[in-house]
Amino acid sequence: MAKVTLSNVCKNFGKVEAVAGFDLEVEDKEFLVLLGPSGCGKSTTLRMIAGLEELTDGSIYIGDKLVNDLPPRDRRIAMVFQDYALYPHMTVYQNMAFGLKLRKHPKAEIDQRVKEAAEILGIQNLLERKPRELSGGQRQRVAVGRSIVRKPAVFLFDEPLSNLDAKLRGQMRVELSKLHDQLNTTIIYVTHDQVEAMTMGTKIVIMKDGFIQQVGPPMEIYEYPVNKFVGGFIGSPGMNFLPARIVAENSKTYVETKSFRLLIPENKVSYIQNHGNLEVILGIRPEHIQDSAFADASSITDTFKAMVEVVETLGAEVQLDVASGEYNLTARVDPRTRAQRNQEIELAVNMEKIHIFDTEPPNQRVVTEKR
Amino acid sequence: MKLSLARQRKRKITYSYLALIPFLVFFLFPLYWMLITSFKPDTEISSLKGIPLIINSAPTLAHYKYILFETRYVKWFWNTLQISVVVTVITMVISILGAYAISRLRFFGSRYFGVGIFCTYLVPPALLFIPFYKVVGILGLLNSKWCLLFLYPTLTVPFCTWILIGYFTAIPKALDEAAFVDGATYIQMLTRVFLPVAAPGLIAATLFAFTVSWAQFLYPLAFLYRDEEKVLTNGIYTTLIRGDVYFWGELMSGALLASVPVVILFAFLMDYYIAGLTRGSIK
Repeated sequence: MAKVTLSNVCKNFGKVEAVAGFDLEVEDKEFLVLLGPSGCGKSTTLRMIAGLEELTDGSIYIGDKLVNDLPPRDRRIAMVFQDYALYPHMTVYQNMAFGLKLRKHPKAEIDQRVKEAAEILGIQNLLERKPRELSGGQRQRVAVGRSIVRKPAVFLFDEPLSNLDAKLRGQMRVELSKLHDQLNTTIIYVTHDQVEAMTMGTKIVIMKDGFIQQVGPPMEIYEYPVNKFVGGFIGSPGMNFLPARIVAENSKTYVETKSFRLLIPENKVSYIQNHGNLEVILGIRPEHIQDSAFADASSITDTFKAMVEVVETLGAEVQLDVASGEYNLTARVDPRTRAQRNQEIELAVNMEKIHIFDTEPPNQRVVTEKR
Repeated sequence: MKLSLARQRKRKITYSYLALIPFLVFFLFPLYWMLITSFKPDTEISSLKGIPLIINSAPTLAHYKYILFETRYVKWFWNTLQISVVVTVITMVISILGAYAISRLRFFGSRYFGVGIFCTYLVPPALLFIPFYKVVGILGLLNSKWCLLFLYPTLTVPFCTWILIGYFTAIPKALDEAAFVDGATYIQMLTRVFLPVAAPGLIAATLFAFTVSWAQFLYPLAFLYRDEEKVLTNGIYTTLIRGDVYFWGELMSGALLASVPVVILFAFLMDYYIAGLTRGSIK
């Protein structure tokens, strides 16, 4: 097991800067998720750690060893690819044993490790099959098994669930999390799916255009996004963003959009006033907008009126698309709501959970609390 | 009355086979003609009487006996087999390494290399044998069958490399990378992962190289004069056609026997050949 350190790692493809000034420490036994949209540099970063891409600049350490110039086989890593990359001419057993055979492990040891890994993954009865005879989920398990037998210092996963259907993806998320607990090892996991990141990772690195946007535990990123991009990327449905301005009136401070104004709680006022800039972007997560008839009384809320455009009943909750003036917002409200299309509704915003962002790119978050 | 789906399908298949019959006749008739001529006595071959499409008198093995025991046919067969096998091996080694480099490795000009290789194939052999004559003379291999080891690859390597480039490109790069991560060196990755996966393409290229070497006529005719150095193509031609006299029975039996190895190879490997030629054409 090992710590992984990336220091000022850069990767250019010609004039394109795929990864820029990447500094990161992955602690031993951590489940680190690299999360971001397509083209943000997360897979390139993973491939540099694996040794499949050369660094343009910077250094990578696995444990205490500088691995920049080491081939993949000398880095003590194992990798699960997006399309599994199982060897089609080999059986499942041979696929899993291949790496150990290359390293000239004794036959008995290979047999033992393969069978142990197969048992962990529940694929003991598939060992004599070829990959084309397996389902997607089974292939994925074999790919994971091929990595487990090697007992590497670091596991690397490159979007391993992206080729699975939604139901299987959900099952495999649980299994991978359990596997992490069982193996107690360092995992670096790349995905563009924020649900995978939030549910599996102990630490998430959000990337955009080759740069790190934020690093932190899932809930920290969810509750305190450092900028508008992170706020919008995490959470489903995504955060609502409205242009607004901070207005002080009668010793109260409001955040005011073109169609409504909301009272900012006292404990946030001083932080916002220190910010100085009056023009802001207001961010509110859909789950923090409630039907005021069923709003949580213990929260500090303020209300506004909106016209319901779409009502989506999801069982445990109702998702409303509402229009307030020229703005469209999404709200996740209590299923007891009586909201109907083309009717006005009063919505309550949990003012403890609002986010204020700067209007100037990169739209940094205005800190509104003491942490 | 509308036919059931099963009967409609049966009717379509019948029509398809009927439409194929003319093509079958067109392609197989020369072989049939060779076969019956090789068993006809000389008198019947040159006779205008009788039905030419069948053997009218008693079939004979005289032509086969003649070419096998009265000419150096067996030696030519052996020469052809030696040259074809060695050329195939040389071709496959060069083509595999070249195709892998062009399809997988990034180096300056790699994109244009593949096209350039194929363009060399477009140069007609009839233009090349004149400068080749000089080269073979300098090498001291005139009138030696071993000169063909230098000449035949100029015909086989470009096309085989081109087939393999297309085939190799279609193999997911993640397979190579998985092998590297598993601990393979380049040679191990190539021999234990890449080439087994590329087997149909390799078979197609091997068959092509073998067939071209086996059936090549112009270069042996131009460079090999001694009987013991000849191969089947120029041996049969020079020995069994003397001036304007054609020994048809021996010619047909010689040609038929010469085609047997290739027919056997194709009979076993035809599916791989077609798959290998077409696979790389689709991304």
